[in-house]
Amino acid sequence: MNSLTTYLLIAAMLFTIGLFGVLRRRSLIAMLISIELMLNAASINFLAFTKFVSPDPATGQIYVLLIMGVAAAEVAIALAIIISLYRWLRTIDIERADRLRG
Amino acid sequence: MDLVQIARSNLEGFRYAGTEVALCVLIVALLLSGVILPFRKNRRLFLIISMLGLALAMTASLKQPGAGKGVRYFADLFLWDSFSVFFKLFFVAAAAFTILMAQMNREVEDYEFNECCLLVVSVTLGMVLLASSVDLLMIYLAFETMSLLSYLLVGIRFREARGGEAALKYVLYGAFTSGVMLFGFSLVYGLAGTTDIMEIGRILNSAHMAGQNRALFVLMVLFFLAGLLFKTASFPFHIWCPDVYEGAPTPVTAFLSVGPKAAGFAVFIRLFYTLFAREVGDQGFAAIEQVDWPAIVAVISAITMSLGNLSAIHQDNVKRLLAYSSIAHAGYLLMGIACLDKLGLEAVAFYLVVYLFMNLGAFAVVTAVNNGEGGEDIRFYRGLSARAPMACVAMAVFLFSLIGIPPFAGFVGKVFLFSAVILKKYYWLAIVAAINTVISLYYYVRLIKAMFIDQAEVSFEPRVSGVSYAVIGALALPTLVLGVYWQPLAAFIESIF
Repeated sequence: MNSLTTYLLIAAMLFTIGLFGVLRRRSLIAMLISIELMLNAASINFLAFTKFVSPDPATGQIYVLLIMGVAAAEVAIALAIIISLYRWLRTIDIERADRLRG
Repeated sequence: MDLVQIARSNLEGFRYAGTEVALCVLIVALLLSGVILPFRKNRRLFLIISMLGLALAMTASLKQPGAGKGVRYFADLFLWDSFSVFFKLFFVAAAAFTILMAQMNREVEDYEFNECCLLVVSVTLGMVLLASSVDLLMIYLAFETMSLLSYLLVGIRFREARGGEAALKYVLYGAFTSGVMLFGFSLVYGLAGTTDIMEIGRILNSAHMAGQNRALFVLMVLFFLAGLLFKTASFPFHIWCPDVYEGAPTPVTAFLSVGPKAAGFAVFIRLFYTLFAREVGDQGFAAIEQVDWPAIVAVISAITMSLGNLSAIHQDNVKRLLAYSSIAHAGYLLMGIACLDKLGLEAVAFYLVVYLFMNLGAFAVVTAVNNGEGGEDIRFYRGLSARAPMACVAMAVFLFSLIGIPPFAGFVGKVFLFSAVILKKYYWLAIVAAINTVISLYYYVRLIKAMFIDQAEVSFEPRVSGVSYAVIGALALPTLVLGVYWQPLAAFIESIF
């Protein structure tokens, strides 16, 4: 069980779930959560590769810390935008955000 | 390495990081002056601060590295070479024009102007870092710095539903595609065990990688493409582009269509030409055997330009029209990347410079028209030449240049791109691009006809201020001059690859 393949499979599954969620869900919050799943899948990959492939300079671990920071910033910005839009639309359904088209 | 040595090498790095330092100082200056209440609405003050800071950044990036492979600095995360210097100059210039346009623009309210300058400069910092970073970790961070702040920049008019919606679409597509790209980064890291892209390039191109992992390589290239095609607004990640361009204030739209797009191309070249290709001989590159990515890029390029031009035909909103035109131009630029030789890369860099002037110019005129009681709809442009002749002549220059008609700069840029493609024997791509140029003639000329021949439908007074004329003139001049006297720029660009 404790092999690189296990971790990679879990990461690939998480990534697929996230990808499917972004494409399929219509709620803005669910889409954000799905995007977070994709980022976490990449983080798991980095950690697994650091542990099994190149353990000495712990680049992968540093990478994951930075990904966590970036993801937090991304969510903060996305939520701020969603809230400001909610004031207009009174909904978090992406289908209703359709003022701009042509 | 002990601490003293690390500190010394980091201090040494500041010699090459002049642009970044100047931009950081400018950001702090804008932040501090923005909180002082009496200055809150003083547009002129913030304009002066920004211009001084950007001038400083410009002079700091003028120092050219000599021949050779450049210098690494800041723990080898960055590379100071002519390629990064070229793009640094490019981004700082784009930021300066954007802030000038925002200053004369009334879509950006007085109390938002400070934030607007701050965000433009911060996005520029992200792009400057992106142009010089040669480490997957730093590329990701710089990419996100640029992206996250440009989401905010799009949503700066969040009190309007259109602005909020544009920002929302931008952030969702952006976060999604950068997540996909990050997964690609993690796979590359796993394969090579390091994040230095030069090192990774050597490992991926080495012989013992040749036989294996075909599917993995295809996946990696596709994941990388997701993030890069989003930033450059190319098929299949172009859908956000018209909506975001329409919803954002016009100067911001102008900035997005030039700055982050060029940054996308810069990192595209940096990543694909080091990771998935190796230099062969003096002029050429060879793609890795596992996946024929130049062919993929060529097909995407053909689809992107056709899609952009065909969708632009029935647009009545000028900003949407220019958005589709910018998608089409991303297609033209991708042709050069598919060429896989230095000629193609030089053509891309040259076209980007030309595109900076002509596209910002077109948006500067749109900004000026918006400032009166006018709007973005084409009916406001009908018969405009009677009331604002100079602006209309300038707009005609920019549009003819975007089509690629001699003697304007766009023509020279297109000649370089087409000749690179034809020399590479991509005849079908050249034919597609030629047909597309003809299609684009229709919608650009439709706008010119509206301005000069049609009768006015709406009577309004376009208020084009002196500053607006100065900016439009400063953008029109290079568009004209580069059309007849392009050798110095071409020679400079030849030296960067």
